[in-house]
Amino acid sequence: MNTPTGIWDGDIHPYLRSATDLDPWLPKQWIEHQRNYGSLRQTPLVNGSAYHKSQPNAGRRDAYPPEGGVQGSSVSFLREQLLDAHNIGWGILNPLVASQGVRNLDHSAALCRAINHWQAEIWVDAEPRLRASIVVPYEDPETSAAEIRHWAGDNRFAQVLLLSRTSFLPGNRRYWPIYEAAAEANIPVGIHAFGNSGWPVSSSGWSSFYMEEMIGHAQTSQAGLTSLVIEGVFERWPTLKLVLVESGFTWAPSLMGRLDKHWKTLKSEVPHLKLSPSEYIRRNVWWTSQPMDEPENRRYLADIFNWLGWDRIMFSSDYPHWDFDDPSRVIMFPATHEQKHAFFTGNAQAVYGSR
Amino acid sequence: MARHVVAAAADFPPGTRRLITINDRAVVVFNVKGEYFGLYNKCPHNGGSLVQGVLTGLLQSANPGNYTYTKQGEIIRCPWHGWEFDIRTGQSFCRAIRAKARPLPVRVEPGSDIVEGPYKAETVEVRVENDYVVVEA
Repeated sequence: MNTPTGIWDGDIHPYLRSATDLDPWLPKQWIEHQRNYGSLRQTPLVNGSAYHKSQPNAGRRDAYPPEGGVQGSSVSFLREQLLDAHNIGWGILNPLVASQGVRNLDHSAALCRAINHWQAEIWVDAEPRLRASIVVPYEDPETSAAEIRHWAGDNRFAQVLLLSRTSFLPGNRRYWPIYEAAAEANIPVGIHAFGNSGWPVSSSGWSSFYMEEMIGHAQTSQAGLTSLVIEGVFERWPTLKLVLVESGFTWAPSLMGRLDKHWKTLKSEVPHLKLSPSEYIRRNVWWTSQPMDEPENRRYLADIFNWLGWDRIMFSSDYPHWDFDDPSRVIMFPATHEQKHAFFTGNAQAVYGSR
Repeated sequence: MARHVVAAAADFPPGTRRLITINDRAVVVFNVKGEYFGLYNKCPHNGGSLVQGVLTGLLQSANPGNYTYTKQGEIIRCPWHGWEFDIRTGQSFCRAIRAKARPLPVRVEPGSDIVEGPYKAETVEVRVENDYVVVEA
């Protein structure tokens, strides 16, 4: 395949027009199960998100497809409003359709398989600039590993998708079959913010406002990344590529500094770590950009890019969500051509390679 | 400045909005309860299309637990990131953190103190002339 020209977008959200869109790939058992019992999440008493979004379907109000349906449910309108309008040459689909955190693990696995078919056949086959994520029922790690192996040779898929709010911290050994399968297949693992873990969104309980939940994604991701490093996932799989999606990144230099400080004095507790925490992170971890912080002095962002490394951060739009970032409005501070190229294209090419 | 006809007043009822192009720039015109307002259709934050935003009000709080809700139907909320602008003045009301402190213009409006934000949408003058709604730009 020729290398695509244009911007690489690390976070695009496709949506179903209706639940029946998945029927072609769901056994009748699960179609009826969905109709009769729904899909239960790990968070009790809610069918969807625990926090109401500020915009309908958390989407841009100007992103409803002309032919009807929710934002992000039309291949042709996504092509027009995102890919063509913003010169996106390559982009990853991250479906946030109820599937991964569903409590009935067999139902979860059936939904994930159907969503993977739906992405590949409805989206990627129709639009060569798009790539799918292997959606896995992560609370059943063995089945997740089997799902990764099922699709690993299929270049329509560019990464494995996990959500940040899992029932255990993501470095926990119960999830290791997922990382093992991903490392074996040399396919990056993307951890996207959100998910229904069964736990409150903060470590001290439920916050009162949606805005607190939004901020909480950065906190959840810091806890998750800390767990992945300290438990030894990157020591065990040195070639594993991990991408943190929609989690913020301006916190990363500070977290690395703090991890290294404590590692120096407490490393007898974690003798399995041969490198310093920041060395693992700089070797194995990347971030997508959206939603970018907007400090009044934009040069502070340049400082963060320099501190974290221009090779670590990849552009993402989060289309069609309301907090979408327009690629022409994200680097609002002085940067060299090489730095911009790395951010918009080069880093993603290095991470996702030939896919 | 030239005058540009938006529509016949009879065809432009309250609660509706029109998108027109003047000198290659998109302008959105609102009819709010019989009053007309015009803004360039580009959000000064990131360029979102204001015509697809929701018209809402200005919700303020003097202190936690106390709320005032004014300017109902006169605040346009950008369909992208939710920045809000007064359709009369184009002024935003969310005060961003500033690198250096500066005195904020504060004036008393019914029941509230208004702190101006960093962005201002560009307004255009609209009036009814011989039963046509016209924009001056």
